[in-house]
Amino acid sequence: MTLLGTRPLTQRDAFNQTLLELMDEDPRVVAVLAVIGHSRLAEAGSLERHPGRVVDVGIREQTQIGVAGGLALEGLRPIVHGYAPFLIERPFEQIKLSLTHQGLGAVLVSVGGSYDASKEGRTHLSPEDVSLVSTLPGWEVHAPTTGAEVVDVLRSVVPGTGSAYIRLSGPEATQSLVEAPGTVTELQRGGNGSPTVLALGPAIEPTLRAAEGLDVTVLGTITPNPIDAAGLRAGLSGHDLLLVEPWLAGTSTSRVADVLADRPMRYHAHGVTDPEMSHYGSPAEHAAFHGLDEPGIRHRIEEVLAISKIGCGGLHR
Amino acid sequence: MTTTQTLGYDSLWDLMARMTGDEKHDSASTSTLDVIWTLYDRVLDIPTHDHPDRDRFYLSKGHGPTAYYATLAAKGLLDLEALDGFASFDSPLGHHPDRRLIDAVEISSGSLGHGLALAIGATVGRVLRGNDGRSFVLMGDGELDEGSVHEAIALAGRLELGRLTAVVVDNRSSLLGWDGGIASRFTVEGWEAAVVDGRDHDALAAALSKPHPDRPKVVVAEVRR
Repeated sequence: MTLLGTRPLTQRDAFNQTLLELMDEDPRVVAVLAVIGHSRLAEAGSLERHPGRVVDVGIREQTQIGVAGGLALEGLRPIVHGYAPFLIERPFEQIKLSLTHQGLGAVLVSVGGSYDASKEGRTHLSPEDVSLVSTLPGWEVHAPTTGAEVVDVLRSVVPGTGSAYIRLSGPEATQSLVEAPGTVTELQRGGNGSPTVLALGPAIEPTLRAAEGLDVTVLGTITPNPIDAAGLRAGLSGHDLLLVEPWLAGTSTSRVADVLADRPMRYHAHGVTDPEMSHYGSPAEHAAFHGLDEPGIRHRIEEVLAISKIGCGGLHR
Repeated sequence: MTTTQTLGYDSLWDLMARMTGDEKHDSASTSTLDVIWTLYDRVLDIPTHDHPDRDRFYLSKGHGPTAYYATLAAKGLLDLEALDGFASFDSPLGHHPDRRLIDAVEISSGSLGHGLALAIGATVGRVLRGNDGRSFVLMGDGELDEGSVHEAIALAGRLELGRLTAVVVDNRSSLLGWDGGIASRFTVEGWEAAVVDGRDHDALAAALSKPHPDRPKVVVAEVRR
């Protein structure tokens, strides 16, 4: 899919374009902004076509979520957009009380998750967002890796009334590797008893490359919550499961353990472990720091491979 | 207002006593009593609790809700029997209202500083749907300490929400107070304002009923603790 000639459809392009289409199709859809994203929506044509349905509250992120809750009270479908730390962390009580506790649904769409804004420093980094949202009941979390996946996710969640957090975060993948949002897709098959690596969101493509030639099964999903239990169970090849997620390490471990409660498993979490790392630089440098680039992921997989050969003691299939 | 049964203002104290078990009531409940009663008795148009065109009342200051519950019960919007189990495990009535447990409650509240933004969103939503019903939101003067309220005051003024009325019950709860008066915090953002005696039903009804089509309005209801 392309936009503006041959330029690939980026996640943000896909969001702005699809949001406009959804506003055209569904009179319930209202965009709620706190400045971030305003010019891009204007460029896409949303403000011109639906001026009353783009509500920009200014730099008031608590009110942004509250206004979304009010719109939902009246049967509208708020699509709330902003920078991850200011969309999720700053107004977290509003997400908890002005949406979730009210029994109201909204779609939150962030940019700048984890270390995308690496040059901005800690104030603009939010590797905790997936974990935070997942503490609230009833929320789906999606972390698409391409523009096409952003379209799929938006078109799956916006027509409903529930709550979803969609995390637009880099690096953009060169191709979509999962079958559909909400599913776990097998990407590489290891031998019987070999460790399984579950890669989430933007970690899928580097994990698959990192695992090349290693005797591991690689699974991928762009939906950390809820986890596709059937797909995950079908894809397991051994007792060791390594989760590679480009946000706070361990975020998905408990949910995965819940759906595999009847299986003897050993879990290994790989992700961001030091959010206060106090470096600027590029997202690639941050990925390398956290061991989330290809060499870092491969090193971690090799560690798990070595552990898997030790055996699991009393664990058995 | 169409109701299956209605009781008068004088019943409220007995109804509150059914919840608290005695005739003493916390200041949070008694401070809002006359405002809430006047709204439901003389201002709000609520044919039924789920009528799409009903006026909306949002209790942002969820503390001390027995006056709210008593008024809803007196107006036939809440079963009288529900009052007796107040704050018990299976009761729909707790120390802070939960809209998922009571049909006539528009928003759940308790944590201060949420209601005005919710009311703004709902008012914008009603405008988008072509519904010209009114929205009323009740806050306390202590609640104005919350920064989120000031985000919302400014936004409502800029959006010129003429269907939105805020009531601030001023019982001098704000620790540091409001130099220049509470009303000035709203008028500087483009709101219309009135300051009335929070126990005077006629003054409250007049201030709350007067249309203000081009901008939001705050009614500061002064009461003694």
